Amino acid sequence: MKVLSIIPVLAIGGLLLWAAQDFPKWGDVKSPASNSPVSSHFIGNTGVDTEVPNMVTAVLADYRGFDTMFETVVVFIAGMAVIAILKGSTKGRPRRKDHEVEAEPDLIVTNTVRLIVPVLQIFAFYVLAHGHVSPGGGFQGGVVMGASFILIALSWDLEKAISRFPIERCLTVAVLGILIYGGIGLLSMLLGGEFLDYAELERVLPVSREMARYHAMLGVEIGVGFTVSAIMFALYANLASEGRLKEGL
Amino acid sequence: MGEASIASELFLERLNYCIYVILLLIGLWAMLAKRNLIKKLIGMSIFQTAIILFYVSIAVKKEATIPIYLPEHDPHGEHSHNSSDENESSHIGTASGPVALEADAITGYANPLPHVLMLTAIVVGVATLGLALALTQRIFQGYGTIEEDELLDKLDRADERASLSPLILEERNARRRKKTTQSNGEKGRSKKKN
Repeated sequence: MKVLSIIPVLAIGGLLLWAAQDFPKWGDVKSPASNSPVSSHFIGNTGVDTEVPNMVTAVLADYRGFDTMFETVVVFIAGMAVIAILKGSTKGRPRRKDHEVEAEPDLIVTNTVRLIVPVLQIFAFYVLAHGHVSPGGGFQGGVVMGASFILIALSWDLEKAISRFPIERCLTVAVLGILIYGGIGLLSMLLGGEFLDYAELERVLPVSREMARYHAMLGVEIGVGFTVSAIMFALYANLASEGRLKEGL
Repeated sequence: MGEASIASELFLERLNYCIYVILLLIGLWAMLAKRNLIKKLIGMSIFQTAIILFYVSIAVKKEATIPIYLPEHDPHGEHSHNSSDENESSHIGTASGPVALEADAITGYANPLPHVLMLTAIVVGVATLGLALALTQRIFQGYGTIEEDELLDKLDRADERASLSPLILEERNARRRKKTTQSNGEKGRSKKKN
């Protein structure tokens, strides 16, 4: 089987390399990816339309807002599915002891983490809030935030992290994130625009149409950050303890 | 000439495609040939990484910077000292506002679109990987193995048991019960081990 599967793999590799000869060269300015009207529209007009300096954030949260909204929903559904699959799956089953060690949390590790975690969480907020003007945004900030809770769970134990961020609250925060995103979209619809047409928010915000898009993008990114951070931690907590949510790795 | 130029073209000017193809093949082979479900998932992750590398390397543009406006194109460039929102908005309301970039300025920035696509693909990839790991964990709880061939064996046996009609099953169970009682009667405690 292993030898047999080499054949299609090498065939596909040959085809891909053959096709690669027609691909644009490294850094080609005339390549379709760099020279298309879509690209030049995004680069040229992001500043006019939204006043956001970071084009990636503008494309993510505004031009492709619908896509990002459902990416967030995919993350949320994946978290729900993991909880649904693993919850109660070990009921009535003896705990497997073979890979676990009973030990007190290490003094050096816990004290280092005590110092790192606040900085990490503030950095997560910074990345989230400065997604407009520097590299960053909701997904990145959310992952950093979730990582700080995973770090707590790794250095103490899962109970400690769960006591700080219970799974029920995780789910509430995740739902809240999607509601913030969808709510901003619905609000702009109620104000007379289309779904996720942030410019209409100028009627409730004391700013111009462009700045309304700027600020709505921040709101949307906050929603994404909520969902991503909560789901990252929920994924870790469930996978590390086989859904038992205590005495993890 | 032909062979050498093709090789040099592939490995010097299009090295990024070579690396992406190699990573993709490693991932594909792991998904096809490995029996262990976790190793298959590792292959899936490597495959995903190859695609991400492909997109990001296509977005590279010579003489261009990352898709974030430089200070001279920044819509908030001139009044970045104003910290409060109200100041900014009033300023913009009265000023002529930013204008679209010229064509030569546009060539100075990389295309943001591939970066956006991969940004979301990474996070969604993590979420789907988590889901796959949860399913694997559940399979391990149910069958006690994550080796594919052992798993198929167990599934086959379970299927066979399920596909038999209840009458045959009843008969077989009765025969087995009779046999065990007989053998217990004959050999006493020696058979208990089974």
